[in-house]
Amino acid sequence: MNGGASVLALIQVLAMAVLTPLLVGLMRQVRARLEGRAGAGVLQPWRDLRKLFAKEPLRAPGISWVQAVGPVVLVVSSLVLCSLIPLVGTVAFPGLPDDLFVVVGVLLIGTVALALVGLDAGSAFGGMGSSRHMTIAALVEPTVLVSIYALSVPIGSSALSRIVDARIQAPASVAAPVSLLAMVSLAIAVIAETSRMPVDNPSTHLELTMVHEAMVLESSGRDLGWLELGSWLRLGALLGLIGTLTVPFGMAVEVAPVPVLVGMLTLAIRLAVLGAVLATVEVFLAKLRLFRVPELLAGSFVLALLAVTASYLTVTV
Amino acid sequence: MTLRSVVRLILATGKIAEPAPPKPDVMSGRPPELAGTVQIRHVDAGSCNGCEVEIANAFGPVYDVERYGARLVASPRHADVVLVTGVVTHNMKEPLTRTVEATPRPRLVIALGDCARNCGIFADAYGAVGAVHEIVDVDLEIPGCPPTPDAIVSALRSVTGR
Amino acid sequence: MIATGLLTQVALLALAIVLALATPVRYRAVLTGPVVAGIGLAGALTGWAALSGAHGSVNVPVTLPLGPVTLAPTPLGGFFMLVIGAVGSVCAVYAIGYVHGPSASKTSWVALATFLTAMQLVPASADVVSFLLAWELMAVTSTVLVLTEHADRPSVRNATLWYASMTQLSFFLLLVGFAILSAQAGSTQFVALRAAEWDSTAANVAFVSLLLGFAAKAGIVPLHVWLPRAHPEAPSHVSALMSAAMVKLGVYGAILVSTEFLVSRTTWWSVLILALGTVSAVYGILQASVASDIKRLLAFSTTENIGLMFLALGAASLLRAYETTAVADVALAACLLLVLAHAAFKTTLFLGAGSILRATGHRDLDLLGGLGSRMPLTSVTFGIGALGAAALPLTIGFVAEWVLLQALIHGAGSHNRILAITMPVAVGAVALTAGLALMTFVKAYGIAFLARPRSEGASRAQESPASMRLALVAGAALVIGLGLVPGLTADIVAVAAGLDGVGSVGLAGVDLPGVSATLDPSLLLLLGIVLALPVVAVSVRNARRRPRRNVDLAWGCGGVRVSPRMQYTATSYAEPLSRIFDDSLRPERDVIVTHSTEARYLVERIQYRQRLSDVFESRLYLPVIATIDRVGAAAKNLQNGKINFYLAYSFVAFLVVLMVVSL
Repeated sequence: MNGGASVLALIQVLAMAVLTPLLVGLMRQVRARLEGRAGAGVLQPWRDLRKLFAKEPLRAPGISWVQAVGPVVLVVSSLVLCSLIPLVGTVAFPGLPDDLFVVVGVLLIGTVALALVGLDAGSAFGGMGSSRHMTIAALVEPTVLVSIYALSVPIGSSALSRIVDARIQAPASVAAPVSLLAMVSLAIAVIAETSRMPVDNPSTHLELTMVHEAMVLESSGRDLGWLELGSWLRLGALLGLIGTLTVPFGMAVEVAPVPVLVGMLTLAIRLAVLGAVLATVEVFLAKLRLFRVPELLAGSFVLALLAVTASYLTVTV
Repeated sequence: MTLRSVVRLILATGKIAEPAPPKPDVMSGRPPELAGTVQIRHVDAGSCNGCEVEIANAFGPVYDVERYGARLVASPRHADVVLVTGVVTHNMKEPLTRTVEATPRPRLVIALGDCARNCGIFADAYGAVGAVHEIVDVDLEIPGCPPTPDAIVSALRSVTGR
Repeated sequence: MIATGLLTQVALLALAIVLALATPVRYRAVLTGPVVAGIGLAGALTGWAALSGAHGSVNVPVTLPLGPVTLAPTPLGGFFMLVIGAVGSVCAVYAIGYVHGPSASKTSWVALATFLTAMQLVPASADVVSFLLAWELMAVTSTVLVLTEHADRPSVRNATLWYASMTQLSFFLLLVGFAILSAQAGSTQFVALRAAEWDSTAANVAFVSLLLGFAAKAGIVPLHVWLPRAHPEAPSHVSALMSAAMVKLGVYGAILVSTEFLVSRTTWWSVLILALGTVSAVYGILQASVASDIKRLLAFSTTENIGLMFLALGAASLLRAYETTAVADVALAACLLLVLAHAAFKTTLFLGAGSILRATGHRDLDLLGGLGSRMPLTSVTFGIGALGAAALPLTIGFVAEWVLLQALIHGAGSHNRILAITMPVAVGAVALTAGLALMTFVKAYGIAFLARPRSEGASRAQESPASMRLALVAGAALVIGLGLVPGLTADIVAVAAGLDGVGSVGLAGVDLPGVSATLDPSLLLLLGIVLALPVVAVSVRNARRRPRRNVDLAWGCGGVRVSPRMQYTATSYAEPLSRIFDDSLRPERDVIVTHSTEARYLVERIQYRQRLSDVFESRLYLPVIATIDRVGAAAKNLQNGKINFYLAYSFVAFLVVLMVVSL
């Protein structure tokens, strides 16, 4: 059991490490095609990463060890996320917490590492990006925790593998009002946390409109490479989480070659579909003004509270 | 525009990008690390913005230089190429030097347009210090006033090799 | 064992007082400090003995008007003694290196030793009289300690006034409550109070009075106004003691009242505790997130954590009233774990703030910066404390918050309307405070320790002396150590409160069989290390082929006038939050524009001022104080010195007495 779970976790980590840059490439390609351009190809993020690791990192006076350690912490926290969230299969480590609250805690370690990298830059932009990023993270957390609460009530536990198992066994529960409301609010929270439109524009050049980009303006070389890979892994892991919760079919329930391969294939399909949908939606949206974002997040919080109320109605009935 | 009209526009327009012209040779002295992907930081040292319009067109849907791996970035720390337009003016001399120094190696400096190459029509202006090669080392030049988007695309392709 | 422990504490107190009074200034700290640390250690050991089930008591056969003095700690009391003793000894070690000038005086050391002993005797008390005696002794000595440094500054005097008034208010409320209970039960011994039957009006009045009295000491909104004033002005080791130990006694009192003396069958008691806790948690962290004075930030963070403890206590009491004892146990365990976690990380943070204050002379985050390279140990330990305060994984803060969340999400399983409303609101509040706490501590750590110094004082900072470093390392070790082996703390907590549904499992993970949830952070750490190895290996290999190059200038858009003053400050970091929550915070903003004398259209100077005051203070307390002032001023008309009026008063009083007597 233990060995099987470790193998599965390792497979998940490797699969995500390979798939997420392709996911980002696919998203950029979809955007390009919708805008009438030809696009750089799905493999471009891999080329970018390879080149970044071939560049030298620069250190300005006053920069500390956070510049080198922060990106590594971000990547490691994202890899831990990929191993904790059931993406390919639902075989859990006995004793290893795949509790949703632990997943959120690990996610926040990455958030904090990124914020500190931004502050360490010692520039006005770094501080600005860091401030906005942490404000959004602070306002996203109530939504995330209350949606987890809503998802855990029908099962009686906040352990992810159990929640996914219950959804595999009773596919109709995915379409229940609790589940739908919780998924919508979780989706908005994921968009805010991974800095996508309409909360943040990942391809902006105007510093005053940046949230995520502003924090990495001072990083170069392998630091920037880790930061990019870490952000992509976070995006992939969170999209994978939404995919697993919405469409849990095809996931491996035991560690054997065929189920695992099927699980990996379905993971790739889920990520591709969600990525394409996200990219399409981004073409039609404009970035929200920063002080409208709390309104969006408050709306998602209300949806999550409604999900909790709905979960009590279904339990009592 | 409403959502429906945008959707209809996208479906009706399809792909605007023109087919790729024949691949130019790779420039001499191109660092091998930059094969396939190049990030560009643009610096306007004192141009009339004619070159900027052409750059915008080169990155637009018709010429789409992004398909060959070139991308504009906001910070020189993220960049491999510093693309300089315009003659170097007094106030931009120091910032231009700092921008190039802030770029990690291996790096290239491209002087785009006649003003950047040899001061062009601003040769005796009181605000001009000189051409770009008098301030920083230039690796590639793109002639023209302004250069056509085709020339810009071809020069950038000679860096990425795609 | 217990009697020995208690008597040792008193003996060490006597020794400390003698040393403080007798030794010259040069040796006072080095001699008295370890003795005070010994008092803390003795208290901790006594608490540990009480937790392990030892019974013992010290009876002082004094013929006080209300009864004899008995000191007999229960396991719960022992838990609090353990926490306070540990915090006390760490702070005493810190004080050896920290005290200078007025805080190294005889009064200050005597007060410190007495303060620590009194704090440890409160949980050991087994009757009302000894409890109140120890309480008042604690209050008086802490007031003296607040006034130690910079007693000539108006802010310090102000803080002491507020603190003294609120403390006496708290004592008064406690006196009323305990008097009612003792009168009903017929005895002042706690054993009698636990067993007595209560008549409902008396119980209600006593509950509210005791709860408010303990809430005032704990720093619960709206009785918290003294906390953000007193904690910053006290010397740092005293701030740490007050914040990490003294306010816990308010929580201890609240636990005593709601789980032992006045066990509730009525819902509104628990809902009151829950509501007070929720409001304090949210308001506390909101104020902390916009504070730029580092000690004020930490003081408001204490309000937030105490709010979470009250929230957990209220939930436990509410769930117990609805017969879901398994989950109620988990909630009470969460309350005690929060006590432990807060003690660990708040000590570290306040002692770290003291290090910063001593090294730079500044408490204002807007003037700090770049301390990470100048004070590496303080930076690492403060960072660990901040991780604990933000409840991130691998720290004890995370474990405590996880247990609390588990209790809340399993709480409302039954068909109960009240639980179905309160539990989701509580989860939402906990989540909001968690998010804001994250922001607050990233701000506190990042602005103080990263980037470049924003002032002269910050650029001249140097690392602290050995005793301070030792204390900081001890605090940080507790934050991480307890977080990696939470099973140990879970077992201690289960024993302290007599809980069944909490225990340990595996490699010292926490097991909550009542709600079927487990947490083992050490496995998480192992996973993190395993996944970090390839990443670090790639980085190291890359570093050899592409070493990091030093350049002269950070990238600031190529600008030619780049100074450390252009960095973000703590005020600007929190500006989006203060805008989003400006209805709750109500900042006062002033923009003063000075025009040039020659032309009205040219601006010579613009001054921007922002003042974030405590909303409760300005909207509740100041009007109340103003009204009392006015009533007092009006009452002066009664004392106008004319003998005719005084004769008339005596005549009226005489008539009234006659009428009452004849009835």
